[in-house]
Amino acid sequence: MYTQGLDSLGKDCLHPEGVDGAALEARFQGKIDVDDKIEPKDWMPDAYRQTLIRQISQHAHSEIVGMLPEGNWITRAPTLKRKAVLIAKVQDEGGHGMYLYSAAETLGISRDQMFEQLLSGAAKYSSIFNYPTPTWADVGAIGWLVDGAAIMNQIPICRCSYGPYARAMVRICKEESFHQRQGFEIMLTLARGTEAQRRMAQEALDRWWWPSLMMFGPSDAQSKHTAQSMRWKIKRFTNDELRQKFVDITVPQAEYLGLKVPDPLVKWDPAAQHYGFGPIDWSEFNAVLKGNGPCNRERLQARRTAWDEGAWVREAALAHAEKQRARSARAA
Amino acid sequence: MSEQKQEWPLFEVFIRARSGLEHKHVGSIHAVDARMAIEHARDVYTRRQEGVSIWVVRSNDITASDPEEAEALFEPARDKIYRHPTFYAIPDEVKNL
Repeated sequence: MYTQGLDSLGKDCLHPEGVDGAALEARFQGKIDVDDKIEPKDWMPDAYRQTLIRQISQHAHSEIVGMLPEGNWITRAPTLKRKAVLIAKVQDEGGHGMYLYSAAETLGISRDQMFEQLLSGAAKYSSIFNYPTPTWADVGAIGWLVDGAAIMNQIPICRCSYGPYARAMVRICKEESFHQRQGFEIMLTLARGTEAQRRMAQEALDRWWWPSLMMFGPSDAQSKHTAQSMRWKIKRFTNDELRQKFVDITVPQAEYLGLKVPDPLVKWDPAAQHYGFGPIDWSEFNAVLKGNGPCNRERLQARRTAWDEGAWVREAALAHAEKQRARSARAA
Repeated sequence: MSEQKQEWPLFEVFIRARSGLEHKHVGSIHAVDARMAIEHARDVYTRRQEGVSIWVVRSNDITASDPEEAEALFEPARDKIYRHPTFYAIPDEVKNL
């Protein structure tokens, strides 16, 4: 049940009278340990609630901001088919944002509060969306690599301990597969095209490879939240485990396309049964995260403009509904 | 965005996947009224023919049981195993029972 009456949350957050906090916490962790789900009205430690609010809302913001780099190509898609597909994909990203905002709202934060955190820059979103899409091949590379990395991240969250988040992820993962496949198909078409098209595909791979690897977040040694999130079963695999999995499945796909990943150290290691790869430039990741990526300002400005210019619509719709209600009340 | 504006109300969305099945809760949606809630739910929750019918209800109008009362509410059914057919031992020779 998504509804929980925001007003009742205050009470739920507090420890019921006479029950000791440690006992509640032990019962909560016990439920998680046996893979029971936590639902909105259940007692949960405040840190669990805050961690989920942060993670789910940032995930939602990523979907919404993620509409921008690809939206850039809707009017210039090379064929009507590609245009219809791209519109459907971008609309899906909007839908995914809505599922996730819904799930976050069950934890006691309002939709407007989340928007405000995004627009003020207080909330983060995935650093990947601060890169530009200069060519059509970037749309292909995003679908193949960025959505591929997202799927890798998201599938384990389908089993997350928080019910509404897990359910939203199940819906999202079902839809995400189309995104990745259409991206790969764009890359395949370009790779099999003229020399100029093949080059365009290679350059897009060069641009998106490293940022895609960074999508999995800091290395395990640097990651502050991993241990606690894994104990709470919000997270099921570490950043480095997922990154390795992504490299292992993506390198052969690049080979199939006849393209080269931009890392001379990528090499199959038969002993480890994994592809080795070179060191990641975390200074770039941190710069983008701090707001200094190629498109950070542009992305936030686009969201602020959309919010501000939509204000009169939100107010007018509310006023109209109010008038209709008053009118039908008088008639009755 | 600086001044605190009134937020659109929240509705819970229930979808019937196809005739013959019950409506099932799928999530929530913000809208100014029920009509708009149905239209938005259509866009958000049925982009791939997931449904043939939508119910929406104001989230505030739902009364839910309290998890703290779960034991009081549901425990009494636990020891009434005689409500299940497997409680009764019937000889193998007896058929169609």
